Amino acid sequence: MSQNHARGERAKLEVCGVAKRFPAAGAAAGGPWVEALAGVSMSVAEHEFVTLLGPSGCGKSTLCNIVAGLFRPDAGTVRLDGALIDGTRGRVAYMQQKDLLLPWRTVLGNATLGLEVQGVDRAVARAEARDLLREFGLEGFEAAYPAALSGGMRQRVALVRTLLCRREMLVLDEPFGALDAMTRAAMQEYLLRLRSEFHRTVLFITHDVEEAVLLSDRIYVLTDRPGRVRAVRRAPEPGPRRATDPEVVRLKAEILDLLRGVPAGAD
Amino acid sequence: MSALSPRQIAKTTLGAARARGARPGRLLRRAGAWWRQAAPPAGLIAVLIAGWEWAVRAFGVPPYILPPPSQIAAVLIADRAILLGDATVTLAEVLLGFAVAFVVGVALALAIVSSRTVERAVYPLVIASQTVPVFAIAPLLIVWFGYGMASKVAMAALIVFFPIVVNTVDGLRAADEDLVNLLRILGAGRRRILLTIRIPAALPFVFSGVRIAVATSVIGAVIGEWVGATRGLGFDMIHANAQLHIDRVFAAIVYLSVMALALFGAVSALEWAALPWRREGTR
Repeated sequence: MSQNHARGERAKLEVCGVAKRFPAAGAAAGGPWVEALAGVSMSVAEHEFVTLLGPSGCGKSTLCNIVAGLFRPDAGTVRLDGALIDGTRGRVAYMQQKDLLLPWRTVLGNATLGLEVQGVDRAVARAEARDLLREFGLEGFEAAYPAALSGGMRQRVALVRTLLCRREMLVLDEPFGALDAMTRAAMQEYLLRLRSEFHRTVLFITHDVEEAVLLSDRIYVLTDRPGRVRAVRRAPEPGPRRATDPEVVRLKAEILDLLRGVPAGAD
Repeated sequence: MSALSPRQIAKTTLGAARARGARPGRLLRRAGAWWRQAAPPAGLIAVLIAGWEWAVRAFGVPPYILPPPSQIAAVLIADRAILLGDATVTLAEVLLGFAVAFVVGVALALAIVSSRTVERAVYPLVIASQTVPVFAIAPLLIVWFGYGMASKVAMAALIVFFPIVVNTVDGLRAADEDLVNLLRILGAGRRRILLTIRIPAALPFVFSGVRIAVATSVIGAVIGEWVGATRGLGFDMIHANAQLHIDRVFAAIVYLSVMALALFGAVSALEWAALPWRREGTR
């Protein structure tokens, strides 16, 4: 557990031996099963930015869905602030690769969705959303419908909606996977602000090694399906990094080796 | 990390979105587009009517076979009080029948979507009911509901019931499951998911069902009036036909067409007003 607690003393999110399997697609009941996760253990400390990195289909999203309470784990436990998450919804803010904006709602209406579900007063929710939309360069677009926005703007609205859920723990499942490189770089800067300005704890999912190394405090490298933790790596140093920093390059190479299945050296 | 700031990225898209808001030019362009669309069919109709007028006169077709358009126009003006009165009766039947079918149809669609048992029991019957020719039971409806308005309301309702139920069921099921899951993760219950996701997602489907239904409900009411009535445009037609007042039959047909067109237009306008997000995305 030496690598496990980075900044804060207590774990915000603690995942312990979580396993999950699904019926294979098209199989009858009692038929073959697909194992998505095989005993994953990990933790995220308060205000930490932790990335889960793994090949496509390694069960990263399944883990996210379990943390978000959409599924229950077959085995193992998930605890947030010490309280069990077992199909419990609404405890974390969750953002996915698809922006999932409601096409029939304006930017403002989409941003306030989380607060609305929580029963927050409409005027309060709208005021809060306006402030945050301005922060994220969406001023003047409050009344626009999602169809009129670019991919990057839509994803920023989704990020605002996620932030406005007023949850300390954010689970971001490949939020920039569908964006072009430039928009993506801009979004990554926004994301770094989440921690510095908004003091959130982030569990971030990606299959982009560079993105992981640039953004994270710690990186969990997962194996192919069924997902297991292959290794944990700490990022060079807190603060802004560049893709060309020697430390970053070295860590990237090391993680790429891990993903290819080369045995870890001094682990 | 990158040379391009998020604000710059926002600005390029901002320009494109603002350009769309230039008001007067946009209205003019719209009127122009509308005229380009409406002119060819209007011209064709004018040519056809002129040809009809000419052919009837040139070949000496007797008016009890085919009256010239000018004679029909004269009847439209001379008998306008009677025709308008009958049209009001038919329109009332159509609207009432439509309202009944809409309320019952949407309620049934909601029940079908929210309960597996209801779906298994009811949906096959709804589909199978379409094999029964509604016109064939028109005489029965007269027996059960009488010569008054009720039997025509029932007829119109029966005809539009099916497209409303089927389109609403399809629409309620068309919601993106990822959106439904998003609401679940936020902690929303079934009721909120229905109101926030399923019903808005269903609206375009409901409207396309209603647009078809509203025109066919006119047919339903007229058939009902043919079979047995004391008032209405259908009743008018049957009597005029029997007396070989073909011009009067045509006048009634003109009224019915205008009525169906107006209803279709009203639904389209309602759709345009109710679904602003659809027009923004497509234009």
